[in-house]
Amino acid sequence: MTAAVEIAGITKRFGEVVAVDNIDLQIDDGEFFAMLGPSGCGKTTTLRMIAGLEFPTEGSLKIFGNEVGTLPPNKRPVNTVFQNYALFPHMSVRDNVSFGLRMQGTTKSEANRRAGELIELVQLTGLESRKPGQLSGGQQQRVALARALVNKPKVLLLDEPLGALDLKLRQEMQNELKSLQRELGVSFVFVTHDQEEALTMSDRIAVMDKGKLLQVGTAEELYERPLNRFVADFIGQTNLLDATVADDDMIVLGNGTKIKAPNPHSPGTKVAMSLRPEAIEIGRRGDVPADHVATSLNGVVSAMNYLGHSLVYQVKIDWIDLEVRTDPVASEDRLGPGDDVSIWWDRTADWVVPDE
Amino acid sequence: MSIIEQTVDEPIDGLVATPEFEAANEAQQRRRGFLMALPAFAYLILFFAVPLVIVIVYSFATRNRFGGTDLNGWNLESYRGLGDDLVRQILVRSVVLAAITTVICLLIAYPFAYYMSTRRPAVRNLMLVGVMIPFWTNFLVRNYAWYVILGTDGPFSQVTEFVGIGETRLLFTQTAVVMGLVYGFLPFMILPLYAAIERIDGRLLEASRDLYANGFQSFRHVLLPLSMPGVIAGSILVFIPSLGAYVTPEILGGAKTTLLGSYIVTQFLSARNMPFGASLSTVLMIVMLTATLVYFRKGGRTL
Amino acid sequence: MSGVITPRGASRTLLSINSLLVFLFFYAPIILLIIFSFSDNRNVGVWGGFTLDWYGEFADSQPTRKALWNSIQIAVASTIVSVVLGTLGALALERFTFRGKQVFDALLYLPIIIPDVTMAVMMLLFFAELAGVLGLSKGFATITLSHIAFSISFVSVVVRARIAGMDERLEEAAMDLYASRWQAFRYVTLPLIMPGILGGGLLALTLSLDDVVITQFVAGPGWTTLPVFVFGLIRKGVTPLINAVSVVMLLASMALVALSLFVQRVRTTDSA
Repeated sequence: MTAAVEIAGITKRFGEVVAVDNIDLQIDDGEFFAMLGPSGCGKTTTLRMIAGLEFPTEGSLKIFGNEVGTLPPNKRPVNTVFQNYALFPHMSVRDNVSFGLRMQGTTKSEANRRAGELIELVQLTGLESRKPGQLSGGQQQRVALARALVNKPKVLLLDEPLGALDLKLRQEMQNELKSLQRELGVSFVFVTHDQEEALTMSDRIAVMDKGKLLQVGTAEELYERPLNRFVADFIGQTNLLDATVADDDMIVLGNGTKIKAPNPHSPGTKVAMSLRPEAIEIGRRGDVPADHVATSLNGVVSAMNYLGHSLVYQVKIDWIDLEVRTDPVASEDRLGPGDDVSIWWDRTADWVVPDE
Repeated sequence: MSIIEQTVDEPIDGLVATPEFEAANEAQQRRRGFLMALPAFAYLILFFAVPLVIVIVYSFATRNRFGGTDLNGWNLESYRGLGDDLVRQILVRSVVLAAITTVICLLIAYPFAYYMSTRRPAVRNLMLVGVMIPFWTNFLVRNYAWYVILGTDGPFSQVTEFVGIGETRLLFTQTAVVMGLVYGFLPFMILPLYAAIERIDGRLLEASRDLYANGFQSFRHVLLPLSMPGVIAGSILVFIPSLGAYVTPEILGGAKTTLLGSYIVTQFLSARNMPFGASLSTVLMIVMLTATLVYFRKGGRTL
Repeated sequence: MSGVITPRGASRTLLSINSLLVFLFFYAPIILLIIFSFSDNRNVGVWGGFTLDWYGEFADSQPTRKALWNSIQIAVASTIVSVVLGTLGALALERFTFRGKQVFDALLYLPIIIPDVTMAVMMLLFFAELAGVLGLSKGFATITLSHIAFSISFVSVVVRARIAGMDERLEEAAMDLYASRWQAFRYVTLPLIMPGILGGGLLALTLSLDDVVITQFVAGPGWTTLPVFVFGLIRKGVTPLINAVSVVMLLASMALVALSLFVQRVRTTDSA
């Protein structure tokens, strides 16, 4: 099967700045694919290159097997839902939606008929004559969707499509987008800086930073088995402890403590150990179960916060503060600031990533 | 789903992107921009930049015996003419009148602009329209209106007579010229001042009052400094055209109130001393450019 | 909500009185001028009973009508040219980078800030030196060319403001929706910047109809505009005919203001 989008060795430079640095990426047909990263990481530039709004400095960009790298946007079988929608303010909803068909030479009556179907699909029937300025944010979002989808794009691109909506509407639209995508079977490629949005909606996620593609995988893969320090830190909350590899089963933390941690790196490699706050157990000093001694540390509680569904401790371990999250019911015996404690975790809970 | 289905289109052909393609595309964009700018650019070079250079060239030329201009033999003769007593008098008078006009405009416009920015949006827009109308109204006609008002036995004189000050003869005096200039250029002061004051966060004034400033202190230390860009922009917009004013002094002023603008015109239309007129124009232009540059340096963005 | 806190008490009273006086100052002269244009008295500032004679004289005066017609022709011609050139220039500056852009930008600003008199001198000497080369005699051509020279700048400033306020992504969206460059301009950019183009055009029209100084320097014998003609009459000796002509010019100005306010209204509702 040919990939919907196939990117090979794409680089984009703006003068001295490398916005996208030699990335390779495949997006499958029918996939809900997210590009995630902090602002300025190159995700939007990548999306704009797929759309044809920027030309790559070099590299190959194929859509269903056809090279499109040098084609202008109006020659590409993809459509975009823009950030803040970019609806034409001087046109009615109907004219906005039928615009793409009209530009391709479809007759006015046929274009209006098809626009009507899409307007129905996004549940805006009755608002055809309104101008975008007279619609709510959520309605504008639907118009933007209909305007892109009416052209039967082979890939739909979405640039921060939910960024302008308030929280409640955003959650609602997340579900709608997801079911719309399933219904249509078209690949959706969307760009977001919101990791929760990326995790809940997408089949696969690409994490980018500083123009580089750091990891592509399912939400679970990114969370459980990050490939590097940035991804570990960016996806979810975690504690990162600097360490050096001793052998394939042991690392040495910054303060000299040896920790059992299976890893594929050669001895002497600088690494970071990722420990999710909810994977850590906490107890009074010396309460460590015998089989967890190799994966434990001693510390002092510096703060405790009660959050209803969990208790969050800040534990000072020599040189670093760790966050520990426990179930408030399970820990009848509450610890307070100043208490000497031990923390421990299952061998499978820690995860070693190369430092940088 | 029937509305959206994957259709097999004819294959589309593009090329693999290369730095050369990117560069060619950017070059094409630049060419496109240049071609769009070209008509106006060429027009301004021919009908503005070239005339500007001609004026500067003329200012170094010599006037010959027949009132013509001899472009050979460059000299500073006409700039020396600036030191002439009569010319100095005219320069000083022009600067003083332009300065007085600017100060009066500022004193009237500042409270007006401030008051305007405190009104409800509807009232504010109405006041703005009220200022815009004279701004757009024919300048000559507006000056002429003052000719009618200030004339002998005219409405102004009748009013002063009625209130017991007695008959006034203001027409053809410097006072009339200043009145005409203030009338003509007041909107140029109000609009940038309003734009500057309206942008100020009202909470800053409240904060200053909370910190024990009285009304004047909060004006002096908060409102005024924050609205300074508007004060400077408005002052430049009033001072420069006042300095070069020609229509107003010609209509409302008399023989004894010749100002720079009229004096320059005289050099060309009657005295036929073009090099001297050109040097005066050059000086006026340099004053204008300096003022504008200072304004932009101080962080002003638009005039 | 207004940005600045509302003054109270005495200062508020003083401020409102000041504003009232400003409006009185703005409008009393205009209203008086209109009143006196109907006055049956040869002294232009003294009431002498109602008459329409001066308007009749205006209608009968051949040179006045000719000057009015000249003004209209020049205003229309210079507006059309400056709108086209100014709009293209504005688009180039807001949407493209090109060699010489900064020089162009600066050159475009100069006619706005240069004093009238200096520009008048520039055009006078320019046509004196080059009239032979260009084959121009003083009159319609020289006046129109001069008016275009300052109007381009005003048009481009107004249009630029409009383009700057327009989301660049709307053009990208059009291209993404299969519009060619030209179609994107024709169906998206142009309609959206139209209020700016109209506003700039009205400004150019007003400036052309207003100008005295520059026109006076480049006008030829027997070929002049209405304001220059009126200016000449005022200096020769005032007659009530001038009142009537002035009121006609005033009404023309007002009509243009009304139009531009209407355009501005379209502008604000569009972007809502």
